[in-house]
Amino acid sequence: MPVSLANSRLIYEALKECDIRLVSALPETWLVHLIRMADDDPQMTLVRLAKEEEAVGISAGAHFAGVKSAMLMQNHGFLASINGIVSLAQLYKIPLLMLISYRGSFGERDPWQTQGGNVTEAVLRALGIPYFLLDSVETLKKQIRHAQTLAESSLQPVAILLTRDLMWEE
Amino acid sequence: MLRLDCLRSVYSELEDCLVVTIMGAVAAELQSLGHRPNAFYLQHGMGLASSIGLGLALCLPEQRVVVFDGDGSLLMNLGSLTTMARYRPRNLTHVVFDNESLLSVGGFPTATSTGTNLEGMARSAGIPRVVTVRDIGNFQIAVCEPSNRKELTTIVAKVEATGPSGYVTDLSLLENRFQFRRYIQSLKQH
Repeated sequence: MPVSLANSRLIYEALKECDIRLVSALPETWLVHLIRMADDDPQMTLVRLAKEEEAVGISAGAHFAGVKSAMLMQNHGFLASINGIVSLAQLYKIPLLMLISYRGSFGERDPWQTQGGNVTEAVLRALGIPYFLLDSVETLKKQIRHAQTLAESSLQPVAILLTRDLMWEE
Repeated sequence: MLRLDCLRSVYSELEDCLVVTIMGAVAAELQSLGHRPNAFYLQHGMGLASSIGLGLALCLPEQRVVVFDGDGSLLMNLGSLTTMARYRPRNLTHVVFDNESLLSVGGFPTATSTGTNLEGMARSAGIPRVVTVRDIGNFQIAVCEPSNRKELTTIVAKVEATGPSGYVTDLSLLENRFQFRRYIQSLKQH
């Protein structure tokens, strides 16, 4: 499978270094290695979801419990979670670390992903969610740490867009 | 059966639990009995109370968590039944007040008024213990029964579609949120 195992491992290590202890996820192609790593890690609680919006509630519960968590989802899953993000996480100032696979952008071959790719960044901006594109192996760990730090200090959702350059090996 | 009477019948039992409620009548009625710092009232984010309860229960396995859900809220997040059933935390009790109505927004009938059976849906989702109760005595038994503390339980409580005249209380959302987290952190230090 041309999903980058090496870069998935770097991302997973970065999450561990941030003391992330719970990961919620809905499977998507680019995330398969990350989800498997969480599943194989006895120190990690992996919650497999029926729909991504559940993850907002689960991360809120984890935050109340004092456990740092992360959400793995596709950008369409982010789009499906918006009410939870606005009327739970933002309303109640809950930190969320959202790792979002950025499908439907340049290089996308699946026609069904393309409309979501068009609107992802515009929706993030409209919601006032701080985000960046993660595409560099060299700075990856520092960027993920910085995102997690901002989520915790500002008590709000932040988003990391996982790019094709990082996740996919042609 | 009145929801307020249900809440009153288990109010003392809730003191050593973490309590998560949905918005509207449930939140206002529980607060009318006396707010305590172990209760979080999700005043929006409809459907996600059970997901918050699941996150709490998975992260704090020694702590009993009680969620007060509603038919309208659960119908918005039915997948949560399957996620709860998948991980089935033993310390989670999921109460669904089913008044067959979206009471807080004007009383429009939900699908449970036309035959949708939440007990059957919870059971088929894989929730290990599911009961429907229609009177206070059985409600109290269902919530307090020690055997219900041994596995994930969904209790469907059929209640009347009546509630308080208003839903806004003097407890601000953020005050409640920060107080709830601080309460949990204080438990962990003991």
